[in-house]
Amino acid sequence: MALPVSDEFVLSESSPKRSVRVGEYVPYLLAGVFFGVVAIRSEIASWYRIYEMFRFESFHMYGIIGSAVLTAAFSLWLLRRLGVKSRDGEPLRVRPPDPGRYRYVWGGVVFGLGWGLVGACPGPIYALLGSGHAGALLILLGALLGTYVYGLLQPRLPH
Amino acid sequence: MEWLTHPWPWYVAGPLIGLTVPLLLLIGNRRFGISSSLRHLCAALGSRQPFFQYNWRAESWNLAFVLGIVLGGFVAGVLWANPNPVQLNPQTAAALQQMGVSPDSGFLPKELFSWQAVWSLPGALFLLLGGFLIGFGARWAAGCTSGHSITGLAALQLPSLLATVGFFVGGLAAAHFILPWALGLLR
Repeated sequence: MALPVSDEFVLSESSPKRSVRVGEYVPYLLAGVFFGVVAIRSEIASWYRIYEMFRFESFHMYGIIGSAVLTAAFSLWLLRRLGVKSRDGEPLRVRPPDPGRYRYVWGGVVFGLGWGLVGACPGPIYALLGSGHAGALLILLGALLGTYVYGLLQPRLPH
Repeated sequence: MEWLTHPWPWYVAGPLIGLTVPLLLLIGNRRFGISSSLRHLCAALGSRQPFFQYNWRAESWNLAFVLGIVLGGFVAGVLWANPNPVQLNPQTAAALQQMGVSPDSGFLPKELFSWQAVWSLPGALFLLLGGFLIGFGARWAAGCTSGHSITGLAALQLPSLLATVGFFVGGLAAAHFILPWALGLLR
């Protein structure tokens, strides 16, 4: 079904339906474990660190975001330079997002309000859940609800 | 093995987070992003809205990835739990104390995240509302901090810069204007 708003990315609706074997998920699962461990050990999942960041009272979070972006940018440059292809022969690339403007500014501000209040973005929500923090359960529930309501209101929002 | 349980400095953690971007590209040419999983979960739960009518199974690598994050959170937060509370700037700690939030209750403030907080009505509403804004905003902005502030910025995509500025404007407003008031209600 066509969406009234151009979708954020081209989802794989048109991709050929091939059966996915369980084994194909293992690398993604392990990549997630890696990210989850880093999210806890780096304390980016700690409400305290986020609050401290928004008060500009620690370099920690800024150092993390800055060095993460530089590392990712350098890796992307290197992959392109080496001409690395995916297993099905496609060039590796970061899919460009929808060219809208309003959605990024307004959506960004709404996201930021939530981030500043409960101090967790989606990755950390999952990591906190695994660490057994009760509050993460309600944040995840709220986030699912917010995602659903966005789906309802999408045609009426500026994008 | 102290490094397993002790916090990692930014210059170790940041590059490791950045490496997630090429890692997912090398595994299967996937764009690193976490909040899409919320949309896939809604779709998998059977929502009939047009926004959730797509082949979510083709995107289910993302669900395996976030399941991994939950497991990683268990490994680092439970098996390799840090015995010490988060070491905050004393100024931040003092400000928290003034607002009635203990600055030394471990990884998260107990006033906001403990079972006791979850079972109180204002505490539960606070967490639900925060989560709601995160889910709603992330989908409107087509991504969260991982998809925009890490991946998109590294790929020099302008929309991601707009979104990142938005994240910080919203976060600053919440931390400086809404939070002090909200914490007053929670006390």
